[in-house]
Amino acid sequence: MKQQPITYTLLKRCCIIFIIAFFLANHAAANSDAILVQSTTSTANSGLYKYLLPKFEIETGIKVNVVAVGTGQAIQNAKNCDADVLLVHAKQAEDAFVARGFGVERFDLMYNDFVIVGPKSNPANIESNDTVHLALQRISATTSLFASRGDSSGTHKKELSLWQSVMPDKIISDQSWYRSTGSGMGATINTAIGLGAYTLTDRATWISFNNKQDYVIAVEGDSVLFNQYGLIMVNPEKCPSVNVQHAQVFIDWLLSEDTQQTISEFTVNEQQLFYPNAK
Amino acid sequence: MQESATSLALTLISTADPDLLEIIGLSLRVSLSAVGLSLCAGLVLGATLAIARFPGRQAVNILVNASMSMPPVVVGLLVYLALSRSGPLGWLGLLYTPSAMIIAQTLLITPLIAALSRQVIEDLYLEYADQFTSLQLTTVEKIKALLWDARYSLSTVALAGLGRALSEVGAVIIVGGNIEHLTRVMTTAIALETSKGNLALALALGAILLTLALLINALLSSINVSAKRYAYA
Repeated sequence: MKQQPITYTLLKRCCIIFIIAFFLANHAAANSDAILVQSTTSTANSGLYKYLLPKFEIETGIKVNVVAVGTGQAIQNAKNCDADVLLVHAKQAEDAFVARGFGVERFDLMYNDFVIVGPKSNPANIESNDTVHLALQRISATTSLFASRGDSSGTHKKELSLWQSVMPDKIISDQSWYRSTGSGMGATINTAIGLGAYTLTDRATWISFNNKQDYVIAVEGDSVLFNQYGLIMVNPEKCPSVNVQHAQVFIDWLLSEDTQQTISEFTVNEQQLFYPNAK
Repeated sequence: MQESATSLALTLISTADPDLLEIIGLSLRVSLSAVGLSLCAGLVLGATLAIARFPGRQAVNILVNASMSMPPVVVGLLVYLALSRSGPLGWLGLLYTPSAMIIAQTLLITPLIAALSRQVIEDLYLEYADQFTSLQLTTVEKIKALLWDARYSLSTVALAGLGRALSEVGAVIIVGGNIEHLTRVMTTAIALETSKGNLALALALGAILLTLALLINALLSSINVSAKRYAYA
């Protein structure tokens, strides 16, 4: 027990060192001049940011930090002022975000489309030229399993609106064959494949997804599957923390002709994932 | 798939993949800092609960024990709400930084360290109680003596804390945001690769994380063995 004082000072020193290190870490982080983007997952998971952002950082010297979550959560985080820029794909929700004063202005950035994917065995007997409406009717008629995001993401909102038009008088989530995963796009595709269920996904995530197994696109090409990505600066009047100057540089850069061209040149497995359409 | 995961893991390690080293480094920095901070708070709390006698002590013990089951995602959510720009501590600008992740993990494992160390120290205290009384030690002196003499058991407690910190994903993904080159750690990278369908890569990262845990445990265990040998030689 003679060693007690040594231990005690040691313990105290350790504590002090940790606390100092902790504040140093804070300091470094607080000093950073980066902008924060709340984003949908497809643009991150497909590798678009990895392709675009280094070019932006070289040209402007501005660092971009991306938090990739579902559109619903991204909008919610931006409402909490935890973002400078919002890049998502749910036009109605985006317009509401701007209308309620959370965002400055919404810009079209690019588009692609949604597809319905399912097992090759095709339990719902969907035919290749079926419309979405017909395909969903077949899924419900054959009570084939359908996996839903169930997380208020842009894809989930889209899917709900499609089901609404197919069975307006029924509650879709009450159907025994309808499985709400409550998770991200990739996790939902993994689950769908595990269940043998159909699911709705954006094409970018699907093309860059690496665990397709025996899954193929069941429905595509219907005009209702259009998927528009939008870009919004968070309103500095609501959120004084917004880095207006750098956020504006980033938005202008994304909407510029050169960058729009660059976006159109981004491919995965030799397929173009995003079609720029900024005005 | 296991086959390719193993070879992927070996390739990643042998080529010293810079992205991999970065996320391993951040995982260690965040979790070791959290364990350090939790030990400061948890050991004091645990030792105090072990030897202090006050009304409601049993209730506090139960509460601390129960907080060991606190889901990481709940801790993450609470820390998010506090650190969000719209939250009470938003002005600190800490959300989506490694510091936020350290705070969340510290809150997550402090109850674990407090509860386990309370049990260890309480058992030792029963042995020492008579001696302490005869020596007429103050409470602070008792705590110092107990912490020192229980140091080997307490190192296992610290390892339990580190294990929980290194393996959790729910808290750090909410408060860190899994931002590349800033807040991406091993577990959030595994979750991300799984969601991209890169199952072999996810598994390879999991294997590397486990190996890392194995190395830390082996290191601490060998330190303990040689320290014991030194102490009893």
